[in-house]
Amino acid sequence: MANVKRLLSSILSSSGKLIQRNYSSGGKRLVTMIPGDGIGPEISSSVQQIFGAAGAPIDWEEVDVTPVKGADGNFHLPQKVFDSMAVTKVGLKGPLATPIGKGHKSLNLALRKAFSLYANVRPCKSIEGFKTPYDDVDLVTIRENTEGEYSGIEHTIVDGVVQSIKLITEQASMRVAEYAFEYARNNNRHTVVAVHKANIMRMSDGLFLKCCRHVAEKNKDIKFKEMYLDTVCLNMVQDPTQFDVLVMPNLYGDILSMKIQNYMSEVSKHDHLPARN
Amino acid sequence: MAASIRRSIQLQKLLKNLRVLPQATPSQRTNVTASASSVEKFSKYGGRNTVTVLTGDGVGPELLKHVQEIFRYAGAPVVFEEVNINVETTDEEFLNQALLSVGRNGVALKGNIATNHESTVPSMNVKLRTDLKLFGSIVRCKSMPGVPTRHAGIDMVLIRENTEGEYSNLEHENVQGVIESLKIITEAKSTNIARYAFEYAKKHGRKKVTAVHKANIMKLGDGLFLNCCRNVSKDYPEIEFNDMIIDNASMQMVSRPQQFDVLVMPNLYGNILSNIATGLVGGSGVVGGMNIGEDYAVFEMGTRNTGLSLKGKNIANPTGLLLASCDMLDYLGHYRHATLIRESVLNVLNEKKVHTPDLGGQATTTDVVQAIIQELKPKTKAWLV
Repeated sequence: MANVKRLLSSILSSSGKLIQRNYSSGGKRLVTMIPGDGIGPEISSSVQQIFGAAGAPIDWEEVDVTPVKGADGNFHLPQKVFDSMAVTKVGLKGPLATPIGKGHKSLNLALRKAFSLYANVRPCKSIEGFKTPYDDVDLVTIRENTEGEYSGIEHTIVDGVVQSIKLITEQASMRVAEYAFEYARNNNRHTVVAVHKANIMRMSDGLFLKCCRHVAEKNKDIKFKEMYLDTVCLNMVQDPTQFDVLVMPNLYGDILSMKIQNYMSEVSKHDHLPARN
Repeated sequence: MAASIRRSIQLQKLLKNLRVLPQATPSQRTNVTASASSVEKFSKYGGRNTVTVLTGDGVGPELLKHVQEIFRYAGAPVVFEEVNINVETTDEEFLNQALLSVGRNGVALKGNIATNHESTVPSMNVKLRTDLKLFGSIVRCKSMPGVPTRHAGIDMVLIRENTEGEYSNLEHENVQGVIESLKIITEAKSTNIARYAFEYAKKHGRKKVTAVHKANIMKLGDGLFLNCCRNVSKDYPEIEFNDMIIDNASMQMVSRPQQFDVLVMPNLYGNILSNIATGLVGGSGVVGGMNIGEDYAVFEMGTRNTGLSLKGKNIANPTGLLLASCDMLDYLGHYRHATLIRESVLNVLNEKKVHTPDLGGQATTTDVVQAIIQELKPKTKAWLV
């Protein structure tokens, strides 16, 4: 027994670094902070000030994500970002601007791809006392974050004809659908609605829908509905209280969640980073 | 006698070219009328135009019947050629006949055709639009005084590229479980729709055109679209031009929709924004839409819903489809009848407030239709006097 204890303690002490890795001295949690562009630095420093005043046990490690040119001539995220996130596992990010029509690719997308942030969760809830045209809103949009229309694969076939590829994979669709149902269960939500355009994009959104249906079969305690994107848009502006949890591919999620955010009082958004990553 | 008839026909043609016939008030007319030279391409006999009616699914057939009934009461010089096309139509030959009918008549009224997801046959609605080369979809969203909404003072026109973009129907599975869908953007079609948008703005006294895109992510595709719009805007210095990213545009639309005038965009974003805008002015029951091509025009409801859940219940709102039909009459040059029917429909909606359940009322579809007919009757009698 004593041998086992000694063995355990030796393992623990040698891997002390492994256990202590997320914590800096003083028992505080280390978090990566990416201030971003535009109003990013200001709002990030506001967060730091308020957390400090509240005595939250968080230490911030600021990193700059300005892309650097690698040996192959392409722009990449700086290594410091990867090193920091490997240790902290959690990051807080401000807005990152992307040049329109030219320039480097979106850093938001690069970050999501690099760290496999497969689900973007945006809860939208009306705040009492803050009047907006829409009351009693309480919904969550869960958007697939790594593929779909944002695959970044584009070609000029001939002069004046451009093709953009929308990629939908079974693996990513299953992953985000499973996350959506898990989220719904953990947060006492009753209904998950899959938003799609499978009448037009039969195979791609059809695959996404099939994956959602498959996961819904395994989660019979949560109600599952399917709605066309245009119907959701139409109903959303007329009566947003009818929605609970929405799950959808990348582009639709981007547009819908931005739209809802604007008429909701609370803009609360975070990219979900699963613990095992 | 023959000479006087010849002269009156010549005079009519001349008047049509000069557009001196009574026109609908600019605030209500939404569409571009057919050019004088294209009047000959319509199938017209004895002064009456023939129009194809594609019945579709859901509430389409019943609403189209009401439209025909109201046209009869108004004495509109239109003959309807019904084509019963719906989701069960699998016969290639029948679809070709339907297309031939629209091609022959030049104009169609359409109910939306439902889509069977399991089948591999592409959507018939999309096929119709691409085969007839209906390059533009125009939806006008205007606040109506009698319809209760959260926002007031909205008056925007959404012009959407109708034949390419995400709706190209080009998909394939390279590897098991990985599907690629191609979105095609061409310079030719983007320039075409941009030019159409600016021409429309110029013709209807609109001040601003906004291009909606996602060129920060799809740099080549939407970048090309944006460049085409920018190039065309240089030819119209009197019209203000700006651009907006789609997520920002949808945010702005729900917070300050009054800022938008004319919007031009690729296919999918047009679908999203026109649904949002329609929701803001009262829902799919009050907005009409049209699909315009070089040679043909197809008129339908603004948001292309089948309304399967409302089928047979007599509660669907006929207003949207009626307004689209009035636009069709304008397109054919029958301005007087268009104004008459439009005024009656809007009176019933705004003044008499006979509302179906989608607008919060208790009336049935037939109640609304009867109210419109009651409005029409005294006015048509006055014409005969």
